[in-house]
Amino acid sequence: MKSLKFFGLGSVMALLLLSGCKPKGTETAVTGDAAERVYVAPGKYDEFYNFVSGGFNGQVNVYGLPSGRLLKVLPVFSVNPENGYGYSEETKPMLQTSHGFIPWDDQHHLSLSQTNGEVDGRWLFANANNTPRVARLDLKTFKTVEILEIPNSAGNHSSPFLTENTEYVVAGTRFAVPMDDENGDVPIESFKSNFKGVLSFIGIDKQSGDMDLSFQIEAPGINFDLSHAGKKKSGDWFFFSCYNSEKANTLLEVNASQNDKDFIMAVNWKKAAELVKAGKGRKVVTEYAHNKFDESTHTATSTMKKEVIVLSVEDMKDAMFMIPCPKSPHGCDIDPTGEYIVGSGKLAALIPVFSFDKMIKAIADKNFAGEFDGVKVIKYEAALHGEVQKPGLGPLHTEFDGKGNAYTSMFVSSEVVKWNIKDLKVLDRQPTFYSVGHLMIPGGDSAKPFGKYLVAYNKITKDRYLPTGPELAQSAQLYDISGDKMKLLLDYPTFGEPHYAQALPAEMLKDQVKFFRIEDNKHPYATKGEAESKVVREGNKVHVYMTSIRSHFAPDNIEGIRVGDEVLFHVTNLEQDWDIPHGFAIKGAENAELLIMPGETCTLKWIPKKPGMYPMYCTDFCSALHQEMQGYVRVSPAGSNTPLIYSLNNKKDNAQSPVKAGETK
Amino acid sequence: MKNNSLKKITRIALVFCGCALVVSLFVPLWSIYLTAPQYPEGLAMYLWPNKITGEYEIINGLNHYIGMKTIHPDDFWEFKVLPYALGFFAFLCFLTAFLNRKIWLYLTLVLFLIFGVAFMVDFWLWEYDYGHNLDPTAPIIVPGMSYQPPLIGFKQLLNFGAYSYPNIGGGIMFGVALILAILAFIEYRKPKQSEL
Repeated sequence: MKSLKFFGLGSVMALLLLSGCKPKGTETAVTGDAAERVYVAPGKYDEFYNFVSGGFNGQVNVYGLPSGRLLKVLPVFSVNPENGYGYSEETKPMLQTSHGFIPWDDQHHLSLSQTNGEVDGRWLFANANNTPRVARLDLKTFKTVEILEIPNSAGNHSSPFLTENTEYVVAGTRFAVPMDDENGDVPIESFKSNFKGVLSFIGIDKQSGDMDLSFQIEAPGINFDLSHAGKKKSGDWFFFSCYNSEKANTLLEVNASQNDKDFIMAVNWKKAAELVKAGKGRKVVTEYAHNKFDESTHTATSTMKKEVIVLSVEDMKDAMFMIPCPKSPHGCDIDPTGEYIVGSGKLAALIPVFSFDKMIKAIADKNFAGEFDGVKVIKYEAALHGEVQKPGLGPLHTEFDGKGNAYTSMFVSSEVVKWNIKDLKVLDRQPTFYSVGHLMIPGGDSAKPFGKYLVAYNKITKDRYLPTGPELAQSAQLYDISGDKMKLLLDYPTFGEPHYAQALPAEMLKDQVKFFRIEDNKHPYATKGEAESKVVREGNKVHVYMTSIRSHFAPDNIEGIRVGDEVLFHVTNLEQDWDIPHGFAIKGAENAELLIMPGETCTLKWIPKKPGMYPMYCTDFCSALHQEMQGYVRVSPAGSNTPLIYSLNNKKDNAQSPVKAGETK
Repeated sequence: MKNNSLKKITRIALVFCGCALVVSLFVPLWSIYLTAPQYPEGLAMYLWPNKITGEYEIINGLNHYIGMKTIHPDDFWEFKVLPYALGFFAFLCFLTAFLNRKIWLYLTLVLFLIFGVAFMVDFWLWEYDYGHNLDPTAPIIVPGMSYQPPLIGFKQLLNFGAYSYPNIGGGIMFGVALILAILAFIEYRKPKQSEL
């Protein structure tokens, strides 16, 4: 403790000295041509897409860099009334879990799919921390297309990190919990004997990207914090940072901070996969949801899976090792060469850097310090490349610029510190405003970083923006890292609480879907032309086959709906043009509106409770006649005989018969 | 008798024209290109000898505001005739080269010029009808406004800038007409030279 204090004070003193007698005011932080460097003129595009986790809002935000402009909020684990995600009948299954419909989550980390360790722009993976899930987003449509629930887990924190060819996405549990096939109704006192820390390996189909929970590893009951796969020579390995090696179960802020060293766990995933193939592992009966969105039917389905193969510590004895790592390691980051493993002991006053070659040699030489719950512990010095001395306070995360430098975020001392990976010398430090969590360099956790910019994601933003009551925006800060010294260019408020982020050059995502081809729409309730519009009653269910096109709905008026009917508006947007979605909303709808993309079909369920006239209209200003894009639904009391009729707002059809009769089945 | 036959170069040029006309069967004849503030990427429509391609469905959707008729490939009788007409002229070029007679060259030229003028007149009439024959119940009616696209060149139609110009096939048609005219001119002058 003494040494910690000493180092801590030392860092603060060093900081003060570096910045003169008084800390610099924030107003002097940006100088020179910073504004010019981040200005993206009208009609010009940003250089990078930046995908930023939404934290507790369960979404993913897309920013442009270097402008810092928010381009889009993508709903992943949370319902989104803006476009009906999680509210429409088609997307409800996406949020299905073994605990039922979970319309929110805590979204922490993101991973862009990789080929040969380099980002390839195909998919984006996102984790749900709370009710353990991993999602896949398709970067052709920027839509969430798959969500897989993770069994035997709680607090899916060290997730979703990917192997270098996107073979597996990992989901390490933060909370040790009893296995799903064991009785979870146990005293917390039995933590040490009953609780396990499970690591999940989700296989990814090379072509389609479809996920499948390939196997799990039942590791000791410690808390897994973060992870990263190795690359190149270390590509067969996955590294996880662990805390609470004390296995404490109460007052963790003290009790889990007692050991001088926790661990980085190294797992040979290739060997693990071979063990599973060879028939090792036990089948654990459990229940977890696998939700897929089919882009041709525009509809998600949820399937409940019943078992998973779990490897034990015993199975993994030659493929799983612990490396001691000073005090509560947080980030676990692998440099672009795959040789160096940076563990950030967030309570330590140094940054330990491990060498993959040394680790392999230590394993070969059986240079072990003992065992932890059956897992061999490699000697600290045997795996250590070296320690970065006096880096700052509270190292959390490290990313790389591809030029031999590492950049570590310092939560406590609110700064980003640049250091050399080989000689471990600190090269530069820049303040952040304030309490930086993750930082991100485009491609900065891959084999090929685009080391031009660095973005720091900060938790505290006092004095940065116009105040907004007790809750202030969180902030991102953009640094130019192309020179020897980092240079702050911009800060901009972020949506939600950003944790991790990923970015890639904008030209990698040129090939995007502009609209869905109506001929390819396989939705069972699609209406592929106004002439096909109809209203069909099946008992108390009424299916409305509706189309939208600038600037009308067909049908535009419906009569004969009764109180208590379940009215399903299947709205097909007939537009075949880029950026022409239509909205659909009806008075008194208890869920949300819909926002229907060109060529897509979406369904809104509406159960009217009172008789009357209910206007419906388009919510997305679509044309000069958008305001006219409206109609009525007449609701009669339950049991009424009002005939089921509709009109088409279409002169040709109405000339023949202005009102059409609905079908009753 | 000898004076009635064609130069070798003329016959080669005729075969070339015939081949070019065959090519024109498989490429767009004409392009109509629209831009508007909300369509910075532009909307293109291509007229082929037998079909329309491009974003004419979107153009149809937009045109309903001002009451223009919608464009449907089935509505054009021209598509049933044009491929045969072009094929006929290709055949005529080959035939003239084979028959090796000036009179056939003159005949080909005259027929092709008539065809070309008729084609342009028909196209202009279609554009006139399309731009003037508006739905009286259209949402947007600008007094005195018509929306006839230009035959060739540029015209501003409300928020749309409309460009119309020959595509590859149209270029071939102009080119063939020009070559035939030059050939006819050369062949017409030839006997005078030989008399000298």
